[in-house]
Amino acid sequence: MATFMGVARGIGYFIILVLLAGVIGCAFGIVWARQESRRLFTEYNELSKERDHLNYEFGRLELERATKAEINGIEKTARESLGMISPVAANTVVIKR
Amino acid sequence: MTKRELFQFDLPMLRAQRDSRPAGAVPKSAPAHGARRWFPIQMGTLVGGDRPKLAPRQGTVNLKRRLAAVLMLLALAATALVVRAIDLQWVSRDFYLDQGDQRYVRDLKIEAPRGTIFDRNGNPLAVSTPVESIWADPSTLRDNTQRLPELAKALGVDAESLTQKINQKADKQFVYLVRHLNPDAAAAIVKLDIPGVYSQREFRRFYPNGEVTAHILGRTNVDDVGNEGLELAFNESLAGKPGSKSVIRDLHNRAVESYDVDLDVPPKPGEDLVLSIDKNIQYLAYRELMGAIQKHHARNGSIVVMDVTNGEIIAMVNQPSFNPNSQNTNIPKAELLDRMRNRAVTDGMEPGSTMKAFTVSAALESGKWKPDSKIDTSPGFWDFQGHKINDTHNHGLIDLTHVITFSSNVGAAKVAMTLSKDQLYDVYNRFGLGESTGSGFPGESPGYLPIAKRWYPIDQAHIAYGYALRITPLQLAAAYAAIANGGVLHHPTFVKGAGDVGKRVISAGIARQVSAMLQTVVSKESTAPAAVVDNYLAAGKTGTSHIAVNGGYSNFYHSLFVGFVPASNPRLVCAVVITGATGNSLIAYAGGFVSAPSFSKVMEGALRTLDIPPDNVKNWYAGGPGPNPLVAPQNMPPPSDADLIGAETEVAEP
Repeated sequence: MATFMGVARGIGYFIILVLLAGVIGCAFGIVWARQESRRLFTEYNELSKERDHLNYEFGRLELERATKAEINGIEKTARESLGMISPVAANTVVIKR
Repeated sequence: MTKRELFQFDLPMLRAQRDSRPAGAVPKSAPAHGARRWFPIQMGTLVGGDRPKLAPRQGTVNLKRRLAAVLMLLALAATALVVRAIDLQWVSRDFYLDQGDQRYVRDLKIEAPRGTIFDRNGNPLAVSTPVESIWADPSTLRDNTQRLPELAKALGVDAESLTQKINQKADKQFVYLVRHLNPDAAAAIVKLDIPGVYSQREFRRFYPNGEVTAHILGRTNVDDVGNEGLELAFNESLAGKPGSKSVIRDLHNRAVESYDVDLDVPPKPGEDLVLSIDKNIQYLAYRELMGAIQKHHARNGSIVVMDVTNGEIIAMVNQPSFNPNSQNTNIPKAELLDRMRNRAVTDGMEPGSTMKAFTVSAALESGKWKPDSKIDTSPGFWDFQGHKINDTHNHGLIDLTHVITFSSNVGAAKVAMTLSKDQLYDVYNRFGLGESTGSGFPGESPGYLPIAKRWYPIDQAHIAYGYALRITPLQLAAAYAAIANGGVLHHPTFVKGAGDVGKRVISAGIARQVSAMLQTVVSKESTAPAAVVDNYLAAGKTGTSHIAVNGGYSNFYHSLFVGFVPASNPRLVCAVVITGATGNSLIAYAGGFVSAPSFSKVMEGALRTLDIPPDNVKNWYAGGPGPNPLVAPQNMPPPSDADLIGAETEVAEP
């Protein structure tokens, strides 16, 4: 009977130890998770800021492209620097299938 | 021991009792008299060594009362603690939560920029880019007046006026110092670290095409809200709705954690808008219009290019224009407003001879007239009820087609007088005259067409050749598009893919007949030789109208040309209106000379840009007019017939 009690007590102690370890582990886990969530949140914020920044940059570049690709400048370059001309009617042949 | 005994210790007696027991009777570790002790003080040591130090007390101590007092105190303290805890946790909970939140929770604004406006090919026409605005908290700034000169220098303003501004707004917590700075310049100012000076991100609209697209796009105000043109018309969908999120911030003001995701409002970015405008054609039209106005010393003008098949507006330009990228210009306000008006949509004018196409449509629809019905227009004028209706010269006996070809006012008036007022009004009205086109452009004018009941006979004659009514260039283009499109009128639209199915206004047969008449206009012996478009068949009508000033007609003119290409299978309609060309000779102001060349050039470029196949390669310059598609079979020959149409050396019959 005493041995049985001893075994039971041992099991009890073991369960308590396991639970204690679990509680401590859990506590550390919460701390870690919280820290990690904050780190990730900061990272997320920084990345979204970067994304917005890139979007604005894209808009700016698009604007710049639109300005550079202005048909006036292209036509001027084509006609004056490259000596290109639009074909006159006499030089036009239409191919129909 | 009874309960009473437990609380009424008589120490000397107890000691005596204890001492009287034999030493072995009390086990060493056993608690005395059932009092459960958990501290490991050996009874023996206390009994042996400490005995002389414990001097016997005089009298009896009322332990019971003392204990009761202590218990009461403890109970009171405990109650106080509980009450305080309830107060903190329950009663004032919200207050403390709120106080806590105020110290570390911040609402972050999430920006939602305004949508971009693209042309039909995806080129940006209006883009919002971030800029920084510098603002100040005057109450804080006033405590640091010694730094004001430094700030004024950085802002590039006068120190005195800045001080004055700060003092004026001293009771406020917010005042803009300068708005819409380049982000780098703003960062430099914030870096000075002057207390009470902050920067705030805002968005500013940029229009890469500047004045070329200024009228259609309109512009936004300093707060990026559309207040003109399509920016106003589509403000609802273009404008973004900024969102917000609550975050917990740390010591360094960094957001470390989301406070409550449920409270976050996601931003709604502005929707992009894709217009039917083609940037290249728009530019071409603008350049040609500007050139024509300069050449003819005119005051203003408009060009509208529309897709006849669905009513999409390909280009719409006006002169004079303004720079939408500049909020503050040196131009006086009245003149600026004049320049900002989208004349093609808001300004009605008397259409002159371009009206004859609709009059002839009504004549054909009545069944009284055929394209080859004859009218006597000699001697070149008609004295109608005391009003003299003039032609440029005597055309003699001509058929209905040649009323259009030669643009005979007498002919048009005589044709109109054979029809009833209601017949005419009905046709004009069906073409959309006197009614808003439904383009949705803010401030669109419906023009002016008096109802038939109000017409005097002279009005009937005048309206037949384009006086006594007003239409906008857009209405003119849309109505001619209906003729070009086999009699189906579309509502003009600025949005790509938003064209409607259209509404039939005249029968396809009449549309074809009128179209054929209009083709005769674009030829050497007619009124618009300059409207010829190389390699394409064009159809159109010139128009010239005196400008009414104070009830009379001055020496200023509206010079119009409206036409469509390729005439065999129309795709584009173009209306050119140039106002204020002056001079005494016809060449100086007639639509065929002032506006038709612009039509030709714009259409040539537009047809090339849109890759529309030529339908008339054997044109005048190759030796004579090409085959008339209305006479010759309209369909292209089968592939086996001929692979090449047109050659430079081929000479067609005269």
